[in-house]
Amino acid sequence: MVEFAGWELPVQYTGPIPEHMAVREAAGLFDVSHMGELEVRGKQAVDLVDRLTVNAVRDLDDNNAHYTMFLNEQGGIIDDLLVYKVSKYHLILVVNAGTTEKDLNWILQHAADFDCEVANTSPIYAQIAIQGPRAERILQQMTSSLLDRIPSFCHQIVELDSVRCRVSRSGYTGEDGFEIYLDGTYAPGIWNRLLVIGSDQGLLPCGLAARNTLRLESKMALYGNDIDDTTSPLEAGLGWVVKMDKGDFIGRAALEQQKRDGLRRKLVGFEMLDKAPARDGYEVVVDGTVVGRVTSGSPAPYLKKNIGLAYVPPEHASVGTGLGILVRGREVPAVVVKTPFYKRKRVFD
Amino acid sequence: MMATYPDDLYYSKDHEWIRVDGETGTIGITDHAQEQLGDVVYVELPAVGATFEAGAPFGSVESVKAVSELYLPIAGEIVEVNAALADTPETVNSDPHGAGWMVRVSIKDAAELSGLMRGAAYTSYVQDEGGE
Repeated sequence: MVEFAGWELPVQYTGPIPEHMAVREAAGLFDVSHMGELEVRGKQAVDLVDRLTVNAVRDLDDNNAHYTMFLNEQGGIIDDLLVYKVSKYHLILVVNAGTTEKDLNWILQHAADFDCEVANTSPIYAQIAIQGPRAERILQQMTSSLLDRIPSFCHQIVELDSVRCRVSRSGYTGEDGFEIYLDGTYAPGIWNRLLVIGSDQGLLPCGLAARNTLRLESKMALYGNDIDDTTSPLEAGLGWVVKMDKGDFIGRAALEQQKRDGLRRKLVGFEMLDKAPARDGYEVVVDGTVVGRVTSGSPAPYLKKNIGLAYVPPEHASVGTGLGILVRGREVPAVVVKTPFYKRKRVFD
Repeated sequence: MMATYPDDLYYSKDHEWIRVDGETGTIGITDHAQEQLGDVVYVELPAVGATFEAGAPFGSVESVKAVSELYLPIAGEIVEVNAALADTPETVNSDPHGAGWMVRVSIKDAAELSGLMRGAAYTSYVQDEGGE
């Protein structure tokens, strides 16, 4: 177990490698109840969240969700989050555990001019994620709702063993799967039932270590590592999330400025060309000069490679560029590769 | 699972073992250490000829989740490294007290061995750590 933003979280159950492989090839179960939930209700809920985030909430349909970010005035990322639209008067913002208080204060600081109420409902919600190619068939055994009718990034109320849950087809692993929001009182019961039902399908409970390697293979950013208050969405390769034409939002002017001036650095994915893994914080060198730092580095259990993310100047950011990674003082060769490192094969039906 | 720690090895508080054969000692990490690390994916070993004091870091062992330093239980000069671990680091998990050995040293001062534990002492040391 490890302390994480005030929560006791398991690093692993059976081990990072079997847990990681279970999610890629069967299914894995994650207790992610530490994630924060902030709810915005009222006539101007959409207006407020559109002012504070980069994606276009006004274009989001009811029962849909999207990935987005809060920016500061300098264009730095305050947090990355999912916005769940229940209705135009009710949004649920799912934020990182370590930033929930910061996010809440930021929202409240700007909420006065908008007709809506903001509440931190994190203490009420538990979140269980079931991820992997067999996630749907396992979860389907607990409900009469037809889960195959829930498209990617859509959510609805589903009864699991008579417990009302908000079930969303989304996740942080690069696989198909669901994120289940429910009253924490019922979470242990649902967790245990899923483990029993899923055992003959290869479902394994998964800890933080597997969660990290799964998201890294899929190049999903980890707040505090790959993105923070000093990095912009453009630098982080998250420009696709930003809807510049949706109207003004906090941080928009700074992003426009960055676009005019050009970026100083870019987040790239790299692969080590040696057996030594890269780790968070290792320095990146080109021609003997430190040009950047690894923000996430790890062995990738499914790809069986050592991979990482690092910020480097744009001239070293194109695919195929050679980089050196300083591993305990020794320069190990690496190469910039296309990301995501891993992309699941989609099954069309 | 409770491992047995044979008495023909000496054990350090940092969870390395040493098997003494005359002037030479073979060194690796204990079954307990490999268990705590999980699947070993990389082992970094020093060059032959390098010398280290007792307790000095001489290399590192990496699992998916972390890097751990290796500490030499007694002072000496590296006379051989287990080159096979470069391709099969998982041997450290499967046979930690045998084929998963890491380095051989020429022992500088055999008297230092008295500061290490034997099997029974190490077994209770591991138990006292509460599986830590």
